[in-house]
This record gives sequence, structure tokens and C-alpha cells, in this order.
Amino acid sequence: MKSFGGKVLFLDRSDINTDEIIPARYLTEISKEALKPHMLEDLKLGGFDPKDPKNQEAGVIVTRANFGCGSSREHAPWVFEINDINVVIASSFARIFRQNMFNCGMLAIELSEADIDKLFGFRHAAARIDVDFENNSLTISSGNESSTFHYQIAEFDKALIKAGGWVEFADARY
Amino acid sequence: MAMTLAEKIFKSRLRDEPFPGTKVLDIDVVMCHEITTPIAINDLVARGKDRVFNPDKIKVVIDHVTPAKDSKTAQQGKILRDWARRHNITDFFDIGRNGVCHVIFPEKGFIRPGYTVIMGDSHTCTHGAFGAFAAGVGTTDLEVGILKGVCAFREPKTIRINITGTMPEGVYAKDVILRVIRELTVKGATDCVMEFHGSVVKGMSMESRMTLCNMAIEAGGTSGVCMPDEVTADYLWPFIATEYKDRKAALEDFKRWWSDEGCEYVKVIDIDVSHMEPQVTYGYKPDEVKNISEMEGTPVDQVYIGSCTNGRLEDLRVAAQYLKGRQIAPTVRGIVSPATPKIFREADQEGLIKIFMDAGFCVTNPTCGACLGMSNGVLAPGEVCASTTNRNFNGRMGKGGMVHLLSPAVAAATAIEGKIADPRKFRKEGI
Ligand code: SF4
Repeated sequence: MKSFGGKVLFLDRSDINTDEIIPARYLTEISKEALKPHMLEDLKLGGFDPKDPKNQEAGVIVTRANFGCGSSREHAPWVFEINDINVVIASSFARIFRQNMFNCGMLAIELSEADIDKLFGFRHAAARIDVDFENNSLTISSGNESSTFHYQIAEFDKALIKAGGWVEFADARY
Repeated sequence: MAMTLAEKIFKSRLRDEPFPGTKVLDIDVVMCHEITTPIAINDLVARGKDRVFNPDKIKVVIDHVTPAKDSKTAQQGKILRDWARRHNITDFFDIGRNGVCHVIFPEKGFIRPGYTVIMGDSHTCTHGAFGAFAAGVGTTDLEVGILKGVCAFREPKTIRINITGTMPEGVYAKDVILRVIRELTVKGATDCVMEFHGSVVKGMSMESRMTLCNMAIEAGGTSGVCMPDEVTADYLWPFIATEYKDRKAALEDFKRWWSDEGCEYVKVIDIDVSHMEPQVTYGYKPDEVKNISEMEGTPVDQVYIGSCTNGRLEDLRVAAQYLKGRQIAPTVRGIVSPATPKIFREADQEGLIKIFMDAGFCVTNPTCGACLGMSNGVLAPGEVCASTTNRNFNGRMGKGGMVHLLSPAVAAATAIEGKIADPRKFRKEGI
């Protein structure tokens, strides 16, 4: 199982699509490694610089609604995975992206908009998030301040993460 | 209990419910193209699981970048080609016989009412036009589909969309779906099936219904669906003639998939199209849509007619009606890409290809090409394209480029004027 936690990259926008996460011009690559430098390269978000080395330090993304809409490309979770980001926290996800995350053994966590706002309250501090996978909770912390949130996750999605992804799960069962 | 079409398909194809709320379905058709499948193949090989559940239920096409534009795309094609050969997958469409996946597979009669269909491509929702449950999936789901013929879903809820009134001059299926997305927003149908009903849908050809269902994903929908009816039976008849006594018998059989009276919808939307204008997107999201009267005069550098949304014969005919005897503006690059060889040939026989070429269009071979900015018409930074495709995301047709989504009629009018133009201003010519 992957480890879930790390410094936070805040992306303060809804409807971030998979073309922004990894543009189609890189879909000719057949290795995850080759995608690595192109994470969020076309993201349209004021003040965001895809080349900022801080992005590479992150382990968790916190964002708004409908994250990962658009194309079905699994390259979107892969480009996060290869950059050691295994958790995305949003107020909602597009269906295919969400399933792709779990299918790769990564965590897509949905919180209410109010809770997401609270997470964004930490955006100017050097915040990190740690996930307690067994107990479906996460803690954001910065200096002496910290805050814990509970989230819901489908049993199936949890099982996929534990099984190491959908291929192994399905091949054993069907 | 009254059920929706999607619920009926889920019930009939249910293989397993490993956890409450998760349904694992048997899949009737697994479709593959060269962008998302080679990685699935490589992974299966690496895991020592290079097998396919049933070669006859797997349909394969090379369509996104074809002919290959460089060594990397050539390699993607080769992986797919070699794999199809070693597993005896005979429905494999390679150069000369290949076309855009969501256009060529229905054209070959691979989709039937009640089917479950998956592909590593988000516009798989197109095939719901036949009364199928068709959903785009990622590479891992595709891999399991290839290996085991199953896929897991949360049972979707259904949104009912009633489209009524009389289609005005210059307004087409593309305008209707842009209008629907404008209403639902880009996330309004997440985890939902979008069911299209109403007199306007009943009167639509299969081509137009595919245009509607194609863009369900742009509202977040899992699949778009239409109830399979006489039009569906007529379209499918060459492929099902041996299975049914006559078309009436086919239709009776199809009706078992219809959503029942009194079934549960999470939302019902009514749209009367009678006074609708042609619709055009203005931003970087497909729900950023305006009436054409607010968009007229926007200069464009390129006009693209093609894709799984609007690259069918019907679309080429519409555009040609406006282009016949006219020239496109000298400032505009016009590109038309018939979506399959059959469409190309028919367009040629009908004289449409000549009309496009006389007007100053470049006609490409069938391919996705410029739609996703990989080949055949990539934009330079700052350039603007009026496009009959389905996505206007930032960078979609090339880094720094801007895409306005619109119908083939608006595309034709825009090509003539060099700026976004209302097709209703132009007299249509007989073709
Ligand atoms: S035409 Fe465009 S949207 Fe359709 S399958 Fe090809 S790339 Fe995707």
C-alpha cells in the first residue's frame, strides 16, 4: 500500500481538467517517468507556476469541485504518482478520474465545501496533511495548529487500495 | 419496480456486487485505441497476464494520430497491432480502413440496445445513442476489461432531459447539447446517466443522437442514452436482419430496455428549442456557452470540421450546403476530416469533397488529429479555432490556443467570413 501524506499543494479553482493536469501532447509517452516534468503544465490558475520547485515537494493536493474532469487518461493520476503525490482532496471529483485514482491504489478524498474552505485556511502556512487510512480521517497541521477531518470512502475503493489496485483484485476474483 | 434503462442494463449484466453499492458488470464490447491501450497491454505483459477474455468482443482502431507522425506514435501503433495479431482480434482497423473510434464502431454495427460498452476514452458515452450503457474508463479499468470482460461501477442515477418544440432553421443537435450543458454545467451530471427524450430526439437521425450523447461527458455524465426505436432499428437492420423476423420484431425486442413509466429520475430538464439560436462556447469550459448573436464577429484563424462529435456524413452535408459556390476567407485555414473511410467515400460520391476543396478547405484522412491537438492542425499560441469538436479546454488544440465549440453550420459560416458568423444569414444551396 502507498503512504498517504505530505506537504500540501493548494489549487484554488474548480473544474481543473485532465488536459491541464497532463496535456495530450505527452500522451505518446509510454512510461510514467517521462510524464514527470509536465505535471499541471497547462493549468490556468493565476499565480501558479508549474515550474516552481515547491510543487515537487508536495505529497497532497487540496482543490475545489469537479477535479479531474474531461478526458479518461490515467496519465493524470500517474503524473501525480510519479511526483509522489498520492492524495487529492476536493469537494468533488469527475467520475473517471476518481475511479482511476483508486484503481492505481491512490486516494481521492471528498470533503464538504465548508471543510475544504477550512483546509484552504492553511494555504499561507507551510502546511502538511497526514492521512489515517484505517480510520478514514486526515489531519492538517502547521506549526502548533492542527485540525482533523473525517471523510467517507466506499468499501470497494478502500479494498482496491489494500489489494494494490483493480487488476490484482479482479484477476483473483473473476 | 419501475426501472430506468440504465438500471435494466445493470440488472441484466450484473456479475457481482463485491461491496454494497459497487456493481461489477459483464461487458459486451471492449473498445481500444492506440493512445490508452498500449500502456494497458505493456502492463498486462509485465504482470504475466497477457491474455484477452474474448477476442470477438474486443474492437480495436488506430485513430488518434494516423498515419503515425513520429517514432513514438509509430511505436504506439505497433504495440496495438502486434497485440491484436497475437490474440486473433479480427475487428482491428488500421490505416486505410480506420476512422474515429466513436464513429467507426457504430458504423460497423458493433453496438446494440442493452449492451454494456467500455473504452479507455471519455467520449464512449456516444454509444448510448443506441440504448446501450457506454462509459469511458481509465487504463486500469480497460486492462481488466481486456483480461476479464468485467468493469465495476457505482449504479448511476438518471437525469431525464426532454427536448421539445420545433428545431429552427440553422439549429442542429450540436446546438441542443451545448444548450443542455449550459444548463447542467460541467459537473451537473456527475455519476449520472443523461437520458434524452422528447419529440425533437424522436425526430433525430442516429447521427444526431450520437452528437447529443457524445457530449454527455462534458456535463460529467457517465453515459448519454436514447430509447432505441424505429430509427435505431433501421440503422442497425443490416447487422441484425438475421436475428429478427422483421424490423417490427426488432423494435418490440428493443422496447424491453425502455425506461419504465414512473421510474426514478434525480432531475428532469425541459428544453423547448423553438426559439433557440445557434450556440457557441466562449471560454475554456464546455458549459461556457452563449447565443451566437453575442459571439458574432469574433475573428478566428482556423475552422475545423470533424471529430466524434461532428465528423459524420450528415455534418459534412450541412456544412457543404453553406459552402457550395462560396470561398472561405483568405485569413482562415479550413480543415475538414471525414470521420471514417465510408463517410469519406460517400462524401466524395455526393460531391461534398469537391465543394470543400473548391471553397478552400484542406481535406484530411479520417483521424482525431487536431481535436486533441496531437496532429493535423495544432494551433500556435494565441490562435483561435472555430471547431465542431467537443472540448475547449485550455491548450486542447495546442498550447496557448483558444477553441470555440460550435456546429458544422456555424463552422461553415465562420469559415466564409473569417469570424464567428450566424449561418442563418446565408442561403443554403442544394447539394
Ligand atoms: S475525435 Fe476528439 S474527442 Fe473524439 S475520440 Fe478523437 S480525440 Fe477524442
